[in-house]
Amino acid sequence: MFIPRAGTRGQAPLLIPHNRDSEETRPMDTAFFFIQLLNGLQYGLLLFLVACGLTLIFGIMGIINLAHGSFYMIGAYIAWSLASMTGNLALAILLGIPLTVLLGMLLEWLLFRYLYARDHLYQVLMTYGLILVFEELRSLVWGDDVHGVAVPALLAGSIPLTDNLSYPIYRLAISVICLVLAGGLYWLIQKTRLGMMIRAGSTNREMVQALGINIKLLYTLIFALGVALAAFAGMIAAPVSSVYPNMGAQVLIICFVVVVIGGIGSVWGALLASVLIGLTDTFGKVLLPEYAGVSTYLLMALVLLWRPEGLFKRI
Amino acid sequence: MRTKRAVLLPLVLLTLLLAVFPLVGETFYIQLLTKVMIMAIFAMSLDLLVGYTGLVSLGHAAFYGLAGYVLARVAPQYEPASLWTTLPLAMAACAAFALLTGLLVLRTSGVYFIMVTLAFAQMLFFVFHDTPIGGGSDGIYIYAKPLVKIGETTLLDLEDRSVFFWFVLGLMAVVYLFLRRVLDSNFGRALVGIKTNEHRLQALGFPTFRYKLASYMLSGTLAGLAGYLAAAQFGFVNPEILGWHTSGGVLMMVILGGMGSVHGAALGAFAFILLQEVLSNQSWFGAVAKHWQLAMGLFIIGVALLLPRGLMGLMGVAGYFTGKAKSVDE
Amino acid sequence: MSEAILRAESLTKRFGGLTAVSEVTLELHVGQVHAVIGPNGAGKSTLTNLLSGDLPPSAGVIHYLDEAQVRHNLAGMKSDRIARLGIGRSYQKTNIFLPFTAFENCRLAAQSRLPRAWRIFRGADRYADVNAIAERSLQAAGLSERSEMPAAALSHGEQRQLEIAMCLETQPRVLLLDEPLAGMGPQESQRIIELIRQLTPAHAIMLIEHDMDAVFAVAHCLTVMVNGEVIESGAPAEIRASLKVQQAYLGDAHGGFNG
Repeated sequence: MFIPRAGTRGQAPLLIPHNRDSEETRPMDTAFFFIQLLNGLQYGLLLFLVACGLTLIFGIMGIINLAHGSFYMIGAYIAWSLASMTGNLALAILLGIPLTVLLGMLLEWLLFRYLYARDHLYQVLMTYGLILVFEELRSLVWGDDVHGVAVPALLAGSIPLTDNLSYPIYRLAISVICLVLAGGLYWLIQKTRLGMMIRAGSTNREMVQALGINIKLLYTLIFALGVALAAFAGMIAAPVSSVYPNMGAQVLIICFVVVVIGGIGSVWGALLASVLIGLTDTFGKVLLPEYAGVSTYLLMALVLLWRPEGLFKRI
Repeated sequence: MRTKRAVLLPLVLLTLLLAVFPLVGETFYIQLLTKVMIMAIFAMSLDLLVGYTGLVSLGHAAFYGLAGYVLARVAPQYEPASLWTTLPLAMAACAAFALLTGLLVLRTSGVYFIMVTLAFAQMLFFVFHDTPIGGGSDGIYIYAKPLVKIGETTLLDLEDRSVFFWFVLGLMAVVYLFLRRVLDSNFGRALVGIKTNEHRLQALGFPTFRYKLASYMLSGTLAGLAGYLAAAQFGFVNPEILGWHTSGGVLMMVILGGMGSVHGAALGAFAFILLQEVLSNQSWFGAVAKHWQLAMGLFIIGVALLLPRGLMGLMGVAGYFTGKAKSVDE
Repeated sequence: MSEAILRAESLTKRFGGLTAVSEVTLELHVGQVHAVIGPNGAGKSTLTNLLSGDLPPSAGVIHYLDEAQVRHNLAGMKSDRIARLGIGRSYQKTNIFLPFTAFENCRLAAQSRLPRAWRIFRGADRYADVNAIAERSLQAAGLSERSEMPAAALSHGEQRQLEIAMCLETQPRVLLLDEPLAGMGPQESQRIIELIRQLTPAHAIMLIEHDMDAVFAVAHCLTVMVNGEVIESGAPAEIRASLKVQQAYLGDAHGGFNG
């Protein structure tokens, strides 16, 4: 049987199947099914954090950003290096978030704002170059080794489900954090002035300008938000997925699938599609391990047949 | 077309120079140039899609890798396979895959198309990476180059690196002339029409979907030719060749070449590979050479921000023999 | 009167909650100009888009009688197929291949009628018949001297003429002209009106136009749309006399029939 190795590009990095070696051959009893369900949800919700930035940045600024997966990787590496310095993952994340927001603002200000009016081709070109730069900088700064990040002591235990099956608290915590963030995003988009601008911007870019909104600032903020969300996903995923080179690439491609299924620019489409993909991938890995990698893409193919524009239109 | 002659002469000279190279060049450079020419075929095939039909694919490696895997799977383990059967089979497999995925990806356009092509290439990556047919992440070795025989007479001994070089050079020239021909036909004109204003072309009565599908299949099949040659040259295939860095690389070549000129794409391939070789040259850059991708990345960012028409634009070469289509583009 | 070549029945187009075209029924006959008028936003362009297949209708049927007297329902058919069946259109906003030369624009249009243009090896410039058609139509549009100029460099009026020339090259039997006079000077307008008159005997024409003088100069039949609905339809004299139409126009736009 093929067992994915950490660091190979073929691995779905967010998902380390629980009790992988012994459980895959077990029959699907209820507890086992329940565990996989939780795994799928956790994977999907993490994907959502990365994908929603991608879809927002496209929906509002019209930019396709291949380097978005790199932000996930950068987040994971920041979490690892700060956690090994401070010895505390929570503290590392708290310190890391402002760093990634700054990184996002800086990148938008230095590079991305020159791409708004350009053809998608040049956006692809530049952000592809950016990936190479990020990967090499990562190699220079942090090296090429695989690193593990310890689960915070507070969340280290497991919840027993049956005699020999249990579920790690940290994984549950990831899901809860992601859900809280999704709720926060809902509040941000539906209830705040910034959200009003985001909604307006995603339906009609010209209109936002006509309303006299500071479009430059709005773009910088949204970009930074997207970067920070992706990096945050990398940070909280670090203890379960470990930290390794090229970890962003696979996430990026899956996020593209999420965006295609959910509909470009649609945050709620991204949420639904992320969870759908998380579940498909997880159960695929359990039921047909050799074909699991293909399953999410087949799901995308089905959606393309049915609704080429994705499930949702706009926000 | 109008500026045809202006570019024809340098191209013929360049081809002649290439043709005599194996007689004087070192083995390393013969092999490097062979690789460059294979990439040139690959880049030209993608240019048909990106530069002429206006479809930006980020999954072109799928065809390139698929053809290589077909060769690897069909060839007997330690003996050479016949080129007469394996090459058509590899290209047919690419055409079939293009038809199958084309029916789906061409339902989308623009940025969706970019993402979906990437995703389908990744799907194929997983097929060869995870399932038994692909040999896992280590890939499959191809121990012998294909045989070009009629009856018992060997027409070309591809094991000879010079012969292989000329074989690839010949195919590159054939692909170039073929694409020039195709692009100058009614079909080719319609493709440029699709790139410029698909909606209008449809209103004139062109079944644009079919044109795009034909372009996609043609492009994929030619990419398969490149992938077949690459697999034969390197002697192995692994999932990396289907990876998105392969797709990204070839797209870079096309963009560097300025898009929308067939020889531009080929020159883009030359420039890209040579740049790669120079930047990763340890005797020149020492320990830094290990991180050559940093310089490459910065270079690509620079091109994206500063040179909207690629290197061809920089050199001021008359790369726009499709002047009709490009002259007032921006 | 002969049988209608095109008959739309209860044609409806909804965009979400908005009904842009509601239950519109109209007929086009060869030899007649059927003008569709109405204030901005009345759904005239949407109606054109439904007939040409640029948009799929939400409900309704479009009967069309082709050259061989075979009946087709165009509703839901793709625009390229509708075009090949013999329905040509011009666009309200000039819609041509801007980077191409005027000649190449016309050549492409003429190429669209080559039976199965899938021969990929023969140079496009070697189809003498196609070239001849393209040159002839450039001449007819008065653009012979602009032949090698990129379409983007033509004046607005010239671009509109080029567009109509391209449309004619597809040898349509039904012409859908969406505000062909928009943005044209009086002389250019006169030229187009003359052209419409010339085309009328052999074509069924639907004309959308705001210039009422032009409309009443060429139309045999008028349909008035307001808010997506047909409020009146009939001969020019009836429309002129219609109270409903006067109210709609005077109520909505102050320009009256000159609007």
